Amino acid sequence: MRDFDYIRPATIPDAIAAAAEPGSAYLAGGTNLLDLMKGGIASPERIVDISRLPELNRIERLDDGGVRIGALVRNADLAYDPEFAKSYPAVAEALLSGASAQLRNAATVGGNLLQRTRCSYFYDTASACNRREPGAGCDALEGENRLHAVLGWSDACIATHPSDFCVPLVALDAVVEIEGKKGRRHVTLEEFHRLPGETPQRENALEPGDLIVAVRLPAEAASFSANARYLKVRERTSYAFAVVSAAAALVVDGGKIRAARLALGGVAAKPWRARSAEAVLLGADANEATFASAADAALADASPSGDNAFKIELARRIVVRALISALSGTPKRLPALPASPFSNIPGVRHDA
Amino acid sequence: MTKIPVYLDINGHHHELQLEPRVTLLDALRDRLGLTGTKKGCDHGQCGACTVHVDGERVLACLTLAAQAQGRTVTTIEGLAREGEMHPVQAAFLEQDAFQCGYCTPGQIMSAVACIREGHAGSDEEIREYMAGNLCRCGAYPHIVAAVRQAAQEVAS
Repeated sequence: MRDFDYIRPATIPDAIAAAAEPGSAYLAGGTNLLDLMKGGIASPERIVDISRLPELNRIERLDDGGVRIGALVRNADLAYDPEFAKSYPAVAEALLSGASAQLRNAATVGGNLLQRTRCSYFYDTASACNRREPGAGCDALEGENRLHAVLGWSDACIATHPSDFCVPLVALDAVVEIEGKKGRRHVTLEEFHRLPGETPQRENALEPGDLIVAVRLPAEAASFSANARYLKVRERTSYAFAVVSAAAALVVDGGKIRAARLALGGVAAKPWRARSAEAVLLGADANEATFASAADAALADASPSGDNAFKIELARRIVVRALISALSGTPKRLPALPASPFSNIPGVRHDA
Repeated sequence: MTKIPVYLDINGHHHELQLEPRVTLLDALRDRLGLTGTKKGCDHGQCGACTVHVDGERVLACLTLAAQAQGRTVTTIEGLAREGEMHPVQAAFLEQDAFQCGYCTPGQIMSAVACIREGHAGSDEEIREYMAGNLCRCGAYPHIVAAVRQAAQEVAS
């Protein structure tokens, strides 16, 4: 790892001033950044350690019924906050399906949003990668790409965003609170991450020096608490990134869907809100036929970026299964294997 | 590159070190303090061999800068035994023969102590899930699960 200057600012304005200088990077949990630095994928000259800024590690209930999660709240602390987990069970389930217990004790809310793709060509500095080195080309296009994107990809980049946490967040209309040189602003999580287009190196809405200070969920997000799930298919039982995942949240009354939220993970360079599928669900009968139509709508624009056509059908099935499991109700106690599709879900056919 | 002073509290002992900022907690423990019980497996946060406790919670020493641990309480495998008596998890690993080559074992034990303390050792399925961050290339998993189950029962009784 290249050496660097290490600063530990005492206030947010000091942190922003330091990080606005070229070659700077914020350090919070460090679970992704330090790994990138060891591999030479990131090589900041100055590390601005924000991990002790006190005001960023609180979970606050807002007067309007929403919740404000400080950017330095650790994944484990958020998932195990009883009130948070009760109000936003799919978010807690997604958090606990990610990484390992050790990593969840270090990884933060803000860092989760900013984690980089796990595309192996991005990590291999001997490979061409437009995201790491603009204009270099993309070795994933003709490479090992069975786990790459099926939605929103471009010829410049077919990488996926690896977050679990962001998937239910984007479904529930989360908003990112950002502080920068010009003050504080709010960006919806849906708009925060960018699709690659011709500029895959521009991954999100942040400008130099910008600091994520919090993520907010609006009051309405808690209205789905009785029928919300996150499901994640992995290549091994645990401790792996999603091949495909889905967050589903419903409000059902008299067999009719009164409100619906759906988002997919592992399929695109951003957490993928499936609004066309939500439109199919809204007002329809809550049954498997409706869910299948919604899944078709969610994947209507999907296309393989390589040897990954299977992910489109897999995503359809995971959408249906996630909706069925949401309909059957949020479990009182989180299953021993959070988000696992192999857990027993009432009403799900084993061959679905 | 300029070194910075880093004060570490390891297993109840205070250490004052001069380190390059890039030195990880893992390298500080092993190379500067001679605490080689904490193992370097992958050095990328994928294997769990470097698991230690910071402020009582399990984290990966390879993905923590030494400077980040300043002012926090660090416990390594060397700090687990009390007055010459093995920690119940250490004893359970011996009794259940929960290792072969032993390289992952310090990380497994540190992780298991936290797993039990967190209340995630209620069933074999739960133990497997919450110990998933610790890989064992020898494949001693069935015995590791048995050791964690035994230690969890002893702690509860």
